[in-house]
Amino acid sequence: MKILVAVKRAIDYNVKARPKSDGSGVELANVKMSMNPFDEIAVEEAIRIQEAETTTETVAVSIGAKQCQETLRTAMAMGVDRGILVETEEDVQPLAVAQALKAIVDKEQPDLVLLGKQAIDDDSNQVGQMLSALLGWSQGTFACGVELKGNSLVTVRREVDGGIQTLELKMPAIITSDLRLNEPRYVKLPNIMKAKKKQLDTFTPDELGLDLASRIKVLTVSEPPVREGGVKVEDVNQLIDKLRNQAKVI
Amino acid sequence: MAVLVLAEHNNAALGASTLNAVSAALEIGGDIDILVAGLDCSEVAKSASEIKGIRKVICADSSCYAHSLAEDLASLIVKIAGDYEHLLAAATTTGKNVMPRVAALLDVGQISDIISVLSPDTFTRPIYAGNIIATVQATDDKKVITVRTTGFDAASETGGTAVIEMIEAASESGLATFISEELTKSDRPELAAANIIVSGGRGMGSGENFSIIEALADKLGAAVGASRAAVDAGYVPNDYQVGQTGKVVAPDLYIAIGISGAIQHLAGMKDSKVIVAINKDEEAPIFGVADYGLVGDLFKEVPAMVEALDD
Ligand SMILES: Cc1cc2nc3c(=O)[nH]c(=O)nc-3n(C[C@H](O)[C@H](O)[C@H](O)COP(=O)(O)OP(=O)(O)OC[C@H]3O[C@@H](n4cnc5c(N)ncnc54)[C@H](O)[C@@H]3O)c2cc1C
Ligand SMILES: Nc1ncnc2c1ncn2[C@@H]1O[C@H](COP(=O)(O)O)[C@@H](O)[C@H]1O
Repeated sequence: MKILVAVKRAIDYNVKARPKSDGSGVELANVKMSMNPFDEIAVEEAIRIQEAETTTETVAVSIGAKQCQETLRTAMAMGVDRGILVETEEDVQPLAVAQALKAIVDKEQPDLVLLGKQAIDDDSNQVGQMLSALLGWSQGTFACGVELKGNSLVTVRREVDGGIQTLELKMPAIITSDLRLNEPRYVKLPNIMKAKKKQLDTFTPDELGLDLASRIKVLTVSEPPVREGGVKVEDVNQLIDKLRNQAKVI
Repeated sequence: MAVLVLAEHNNAALGASTLNAVSAALEIGGDIDILVAGLDCSEVAKSASEIKGIRKVICADSSCYAHSLAEDLASLIVKIAGDYEHLLAAATTTGKNVMPRVAALLDVGQISDIISVLSPDTFTRPIYAGNIIATVQATDDKKVITVRTTGFDAASETGGTAVIEMIEAASESGLATFISEELTKSDRPELAAANIIVSGGRGMGSGENFSIIEALADKLGAAVGASRAAVDAGYVPNDYQVGQTGKVVAPDLYIAIGISGAIQHLAGMKDSKVIVAINKDEEAPIFGVADYGLVGDLFKEVPAMVEALDD
C-alpha cells in the first residue's frame, strides 16, 4: 500500500491576517507560517495506517516556494517516509494544485491520497474534490473516520450538515480530513533530526509538463467592516430589557 | 446567458439554502434554471418550480442520486453544463463536495463562498477566516461558484410557474456506495435558518450541562450551536459547530455562552445582527464583538435569564 498526503504551508492559525496597505494581497512578510492544521490531521492518519499496516509507504507532497521544504520536513518528522516538492514561486490556486498533485499521483501510483478538507488561508475547500475528478477516483471528503477493508475498499465517515454520513469507496480513493478525524502527534526532537536525512525530491512545473496559471484574478483584498464591541450590562434583567426594548430581537 | 442552480434537498423537501443560491443567481442575471437530482423527488421539483424568477426546473430522478454522491451528481451536472455560463450551489456540505469536482471536470477554477456579486464575473468572498475580503474575477468562460447563504437573502418561495423538464440520469460511476446516515434529530429550528441561536462552548463543562443552553433556546424559539471545543469534547454533535470550518450563521440574535471568541469561531457568527456574550472572563475576546456583554458565571446567569424570561 502506498499513501500520498498533500501538505500546504500556510499562515499559522493563531495569526490574524491583514491586507497589504495597497490592497494588492495579504501581508505575509515576517508572519509565522505552519503546516495547514487539516493537513497535520491528514499526515497523522497516513502514519496511523502505516503503523497498522507496516508494508505501507507514505509520501508527503507540497506545491509552492522553497520554504515548503520545512513543511515537508515536519511531515517527515511526524513519520512520513519521504517528501516531494513541486517548486514554484507563483501563487498556486486549487485547480493548479490538483493538476500538480495529479502529475505526482501518475508517477507514484498511490492507493490513497489524503488531504486536508480546507486550507485555512484561501478557505477554498476544493483541491481534494478536484484531484478526485481529474483522476476519476472516488472521494470521501470531510472525513471523521477512515477504515480500510483490505486493499480495495475503504469506509469513510463524513461530517455533513445534518450529522454523519458513511460511504464505502472503491480504492484508489481521495480522502479529505475534518477536524475530528484524529489528534495529530507532537513531533519529537530526535525525529526532527532523523527527518533531515529522509529523501526529498524537487520538481519544477516544467519538468512535470504543467501549466499552473491562475484562473481566478484577485483584484483587491481588504479588511471587512470592523464590528465594534458594545456595552457591558449589569445583570440579566438589564440584558433582557436591552434585547426587548433597544435591539428588539426578542 | 443562463445560470444553473443545484437544488439542495433530502428528496422530500427543498433545502432553504437553495433560495439563497437563487438570489445570487438573480443578481448575476439571465435565465435561471434549477437542477433537482434525487430519488422520488417530485415534491422537491414542484417546490423549486414555484420559486420566483425561475425559467425551468430540470429533474433527474434515479436511485444513483438518492444521497447526492459527488461522483454521480458531478457527471450529471457536467452533462448539461454546455447550456450554462454559471453553475451555482449553496456552500453546504453537499455543494462543497460536488462543485469543485464539476469545476475540475470542466477544466475551470471554482470560486468558493461568494458573499456578493459585483458583475457576472466578479465577486467578493471572505478568506483567512473572514479577516480578509477578496474581490475576485473569474477568467474562465464557465463560472463554477458556491454561495455563502448568509451573504444573500432568500428568494421568494412562491410566485413562480417554471416548467419541470425530466432528464435521463447520467451513467452511474459505481465508485462510492452509500452505507448509512446518522442525522441529528431536533425539534428546534435548523442552525442555518434560525432567527436566534444560543451557542455553548468549552465553558459548559459537559454535555449534560448543555441542558441549560437548551432551556434558554426553547424559551426563545432558538437553535442551539457550539464552538469547536464543545464539539471536540463530545458535549454536542459535530453539526452544531459554528465557525470558519463549521457552519456560518448570521441570525438576528446570537448568544455566545462560555465561548472565548477565537477568530475561527468569530468567522462563523460575526455577521449576526445582535451578539450577546456571557463569559466569566471580562477579557475574553468575544466581548470585542458583542453588542451586549454580561460578565458572570454562566451556571448562575443563564438559568436566571430563563427564569426572567418567564415574567
Ligand atoms: C483549523 C482550525 C479550525 C477551527 N475551526 C473552528 C470552528 O469552525 N469553530 C470554532 O468554534 N472553533 C474553531 N477552531 C478552534 C478555535 O481556535 C478555538 O480553540 C475554539 O473556538 C475555542 O472554543 P471555546 O471558546 O468554547 O473554548 P475556550 O477558548 O476554552 O473558551 C472557554 C470560555 O469559557 C469561559 N468560561 C469557562 N467557564 C465559565 C463559566 N462557568 N461561566 C462563564 N464563562 C465560562 C472562559 O472564560 C473562556 O472564555 C478551529 C481551530 C483550528 C486550528
Ligand atoms: N500548495 C499546496 N500544496 C500541497 N497541498 C495543498 C496545497 N494547497 C492545497 N493543498 C491540499 O488541499 C487541501 C485543501 O485546500 P483548499 O482546496 O485550497 O482549501 C489542503 O488541506 C491540502 O491538503
